[in-house]
Amino acid sequence: MVGGARGGGFFAVALAVAGRQVYKYFANPAFLAPALFPLFFFVAFAGGLTRVGDVPGFDYAAGYVAFQYVWALLQAVAMGGAFTGFSIAGDFENGFARRLMLAASNRQGIILGYTIASLVRATLTGALVTVIALLTGMPMSGGFDLFGLIGLAILVNVAATLFGAGVAMLLRTQQAGPVIRTPIFLVLFLAPVFVPLNLLSGWLEAIARLNPFTTILDAARGLLAGAPTNVLPAYAIGAALVAVFALWAVYALRRAEKTGA
Amino acid sequence: MSSSLLVQVTSLARRSTLRTMRQPAVVVSAILFPMMFFAINAYGLDAAASLPGFPADSYLDFAFAFPLIQAALFGAITAGADLARDIESGFFDRLSLTPMRPSALLLGMLAGVVALGLLQGVVFLAVGLLFGVDIKSGVAGMVVIVLLTVLVALGFGGIGAMLALRTGSVEAVESAFPLFFVSIFMSSINLPRDLIEADWFRWVATANPISYLVEGIRSLVITGWDAQALLLGFGFAFGIVALSIAGASAFLQTRVAR
Repeated sequence: MVGGARGGGFFAVALAVAGRQVYKYFANPAFLAPALFPLFFFVAFAGGLTRVGDVPGFDYAAGYVAFQYVWALLQAVAMGGAFTGFSIAGDFENGFARRLMLAASNRQGIILGYTIASLVRATLTGALVTVIALLTGMPMSGGFDLFGLIGLAILVNVAATLFGAGVAMLLRTQQAGPVIRTPIFLVLFLAPVFVPLNLLSGWLEAIARLNPFTTILDAARGLLAGAPTNVLPAYAIGAALVAVFALWAVYALRRAEKTGA
Repeated sequence: MSSSLLVQVTSLARRSTLRTMRQPAVVVSAILFPMMFFAINAYGLDAAASLPGFPADSYLDFAFAFPLIQAALFGAITAGADLARDIESGFFDRLSLTPMRPSALLLGMLAGVVALGLLQGVVFLAVGLLFGVDIKSGVAGMVVIVLLTVLVALGFGGIGAMLALRTGSVEAVESAFPLFFVSIFMSSINLPRDLIEADWFRWVATANPISYLVEGIRSLVITGWDAQALLLGFGFAFGIVALSIAGASAFLQTRVAR
């Protein structure tokens, strides 16, 4: 059974892992935890910094609340991925992952299972952030372009989940938490969070220009405002991140197998 | 304070400080994270300094209160969690069986908070000056900034101690972190209150004591000597210290009586 390559095994394992994870989320209200920080930041930034939208050169048509919403949404889905990494680390620590790897007919299905569960969680946390944003008066002017925004959010969630899964499977301890959380947090903050890229200055501008997340964030903001820009490069970057982190997760899974985890 | 209590407090303060210093991850994150957020905020919101009515020449100067307040919060959570760990591990109960007074544990822990707050204040001041922060109140103002930072750390430390003594759970203390963190952002930390456009946010910021702590420290950086801001800053800081230590003492009595 171990290492079987049949597609049926792959998807059966994925669905079983996803089902268990989703059940775990709903059995514990803490599953909404990844949405808390983005919500806090959204309320604090969109509420407290609205005047920043009046700065000369700030030309985002949908307004400051919408400007902050996109960042909060992407943060919520990325943190959803990170929290899935914490769950995987917990499963390794409590011995569940060991039993799972012994039982799974195709172990790569485990990665897909956690990814599906992370998407379910991100859908809920993303919806929560969106409802709060709409309640605070955020305009939705993107029309069909909003599907493009959702697509980017899915790519961000999958990439963050695969990154977190890789770290969790490599370290196999809950102490991996900061190793998962900190890089994601840095990538999110070293981007045009408060003002567009053209209004950033100094070292932050230089780093934000190099940060691949900046392109995704700019494209997502454009899609929400109904003025898409750099959508193809953003999707290309998102897809590349997913591909790289998928390889990373598979590599970490192999390492976990070798150590007999 | 009697000499025996002083000896007890000193040894427990030493234990508390050493325990913190022996956890490099705690010290580094208590220093590094506030500085990282400061750097990101200062450069990310630099454009806000061009808003009409903005009170400082640069956002860097305006934002300097941020790492000091945030560091005090980190210190409080760390100290509260350490105290809760002492309760969870049974150290507190064993201490109750010795002639050592339980109040020494609380005072020792708070002395550790003061030591960490002092270290953070001095480090941030040095880093801020290196970054190019211009402190309008001069060298005397820097001393007052560190003093107010230590007082804020003591007040937040008292709240951490309250939580630890009330719940006796590390997890409960650490789960209060987001609440503390949010209360910092729901203040005038990012923009002066008169430039906050949303009415509800301005009301929340005005009712939030952290705004006055921030504005006290900030006044020394961007204005010089502003008696009203300092009076409010120190007044709220002393108020938080008094209330939190009184609360922690009450919870301590309850826990000892169990």
